Amino acid sequence: MDFFHVIVVLLESTIRVSVPLIFAALAGLFTERAGIFDIGLEGKMLGAAFAAGAVAAITQSVWLGLLAAILISVALSLVHGYASITQRGNQIVSGVAINFIVAGSTVILGEAWFRQGGRTPALAEGARFQTINFPFADTIREIPFIGPIYADLLSGHFILTYLAFAMVPISWWILYRTRFGLRLRAVGENPGAVDTAGISVIWMRYRAVICCGILCGFAGAYLSLAMTAGFVKGMTAGKGYIALAALIFAKWRPFNIMLACLLFGFLDAFAIRLQGNPLPLIGQVPVQLMQALPYILTVILLAGFIGKAIPPKAGGVPYVKER
Amino acid sequence: MDSIAIELRGIDKSFGPVHANKNINLKVRKGTIHGVIGENGAGKSTLMSILYGFYQADSGEIHVDGKQVTIRDPNAAIAAGIGMVHQHFMLVENFTVLENIMLGAEESQILNKGIAKAREELKRLEREYALEVNPDAVIEELPVGLQQRVEILKALYRRADILILDEPTGVLTPAEADHLFRVLEQLKSQGKTIILITHKLREIMAITDEVSVMRRGEMVATRKTAETSVEELAELMVGRRVLLRVEKGEAKPGDVKLSVNGLTVKDGRGVTMVDNVSFNLRAGEIVGIAGVAGNGQSELLEAISGIRRAVSGEVHLNGKPINVTGHVDPKDLRDRGLAHVPEDRHHVGLVLKFEECENAILGYHHDKRYLNGVFLNVDAIRKDAEQRIAEYDIRPPNARLKTANFSGGNQQKIVLAREMERSPDVLIIGQPTRGVDVGAIEFIHKRIIEMRDQGKAVLLVSVELDEIRALSDRILVMFAGRIVGERDPDATEGELGLLMAGVEGRKEAAE
Repeated sequence: MDFFHVIVVLLESTIRVSVPLIFAALAGLFTERAGIFDIGLEGKMLGAAFAAGAVAAITQSVWLGLLAAILISVALSLVHGYASITQRGNQIVSGVAINFIVAGSTVILGEAWFRQGGRTPALAEGARFQTINFPFADTIREIPFIGPIYADLLSGHFILTYLAFAMVPISWWILYRTRFGLRLRAVGENPGAVDTAGISVIWMRYRAVICCGILCGFAGAYLSLAMTAGFVKGMTAGKGYIALAALIFAKWRPFNIMLACLLFGFLDAFAIRLQGNPLPLIGQVPVQLMQALPYILTVILLAGFIGKAIPPKAGGVPYVKER
Repeated sequence: MDSIAIELRGIDKSFGPVHANKNINLKVRKGTIHGVIGENGAGKSTLMSILYGFYQADSGEIHVDGKQVTIRDPNAAIAAGIGMVHQHFMLVENFTVLENIMLGAEESQILNKGIAKAREELKRLEREYALEVNPDAVIEELPVGLQQRVEILKALYRRADILILDEPTGVLTPAEADHLFRVLEQLKSQGKTIILITHKLREIMAITDEVSVMRRGEMVATRKTAETSVEELAELMVGRRVLLRVEKGEAKPGDVKLSVNGLTVKDGRGVTMVDNVSFNLRAGEIVGIAGVAGNGQSELLEAISGIRRAVSGEVHLNGKPINVTGHVDPKDLRDRGLAHVPEDRHHVGLVLKFEECENAILGYHHDKRYLNGVFLNVDAIRKDAEQRIAEYDIRPPNARLKTANFSGGNQQKIVLAREMERSPDVLIIGQPTRGVDVGAIEFIHKRIIEMRDQGKAVLLVSVELDEIRALSDRILVMFAGRIVGERDPDATEGELGLLMAGVEGRKEAAE
């Protein structure tokens, strides 16, 4: 029972930390499949988290907070789009620039507006997301095995959590079963084929970038409106980069992305759980090592355990009609 | 029969300072195959891109079926019934045939509805034009000939009545090209109009009804194919008389200069590209290696010239071994009398951002006469470069010009001049005239023959069968990494074509 209980708790927190990763990795999926590399997931998520925290604190409305998160994130995406699609700039440079601008400006604006050292004020109950409890969760909890799975693992999450997991099949369906998805994937592989078919490459790529912005908005809002009650400076803490690693690790496929994010989330949850608890046989493990584990694993896995990850062929290359 | 499918009036287009199309007029009759020929850079592709809405003309009119149309983008061209088969296929390689054909013509937001319809339509097209292809095959797994068929089907699926084909045979085997021509005849008999862009005169003579010639952005002539000749067309293309057939005497083969024994080479993925290849190359002869691109010729060249490591086998240069399975220093090979004109001059042969004179000594920059102690002797380098520019008629004659600003033919001459001037014992040449215009081809061919007559051993690799047949004293045919046959240069094209397709070779190997 005790071991089982530990597992349930561990999986429950895995889900909790995986949500922003899933949103952000799916966001990256949309742009990268369209041929725009996006290292700015981190910055967009952070900007969205700040916008959500700030607007929710002022308006006391969680929904306005979410809306603000999406708007800011889409706006940042469009900046990236303008630089890399219209102006044909370097996509990595543009993404890094966005990360830096957001990291700095959220702190400055937060301090100027709220004077709490770059934080936004702690949100009251109505201004943040509440967990949803499934019917009869409390009564069923007593049933062995099924009870805790239903009550603790499936029930009791935020609406954004369910949305994140729902977005996985939805993204798959959009990419593989709709006209928009077909064209989006084509534009990331051979934009010339799309152009000669009479479809605007530029407009396709902008639409992909907007999709990315919306999903990053959800990721950011989850951080400051659900996971914690307010914005803390630098609260994304590299999640955007982990999402990017998950995206590559998953070879740019939606269901693989979910699994990769859950794996990274699990390692994260595991690290938190282990802090201060000695491992059997090994003994005390430094916290830093556990925290570094997802990154170490990424490097090892990418270095050879998953086979070759082939990125979309036109990725990172601005489209210029050949002369 | 006499109605006009497409008429261009006064089409003019400039890209910055380059005047690509000058006041072009063209009439294409309905239900005919109309050829458009011209050298590289004559403006053929630009003109067709304007017709397909890829570029906008600066001025001029396009009339389709007697009505003036404005073609602002490919959509408008498709709507006007114009379809295009591009030289570099516009296909998404990891999509299926069906997905590629549907792309841009999906009919509805959700794919499922359109897929059934597309399948049916594809079946109809297959039946009608004998263009069979598995709709669920992934493009990258199809041979080039079938990929091209998908491009044609794409145009037909969009109900094109006028089909433009841009250099369609460049990537095909002779057999595939013949098949393509039969398909085009079939399409013509069903009333489609076909515009064939090519620089191959033989194709024009074989299949077109009429032919228009472009030169330096101008439309210089239109002829009925039956009333013209290869010689006349070549002259119109180049603007002067051209020798199409190189004059060459008997070869006088001497000692073996290069011997290759059981050479096996794998590519980066571990696929065997060159499979146990052996041959000898003698002084005073040209050995041509024929084959469709991608059958191991590139890897063979790279292994012999020390760029790629071989898995096994031996190569001897002037009787002494080259360490092909280990580390080879290309500089060492040069010192021992082996010169190499690489297939891909842009990536391997030249640094496009360098000045002409810098490229002219690339690889020979250790030469004492170019050095002043540890510094380059710039004066000597420029003087040498200028001399070679004169000898090889490299235009524009400016040793300080950035190499990227020379045309393909002149870039190739820069490489040839560099490699030939050292008077090497063995000259290895890959694709000597790829992307080179007719006038320069004549010059390059003459130089290669001259090298042979001076007693040099020349190994020539080309995907242009005509070139192989015109220059070689012996022809080796490569298929799937192996040498599947040796023929005299007077072997028929059909015979060589079968070998290149691996048909005859298998029989021969079995016997």
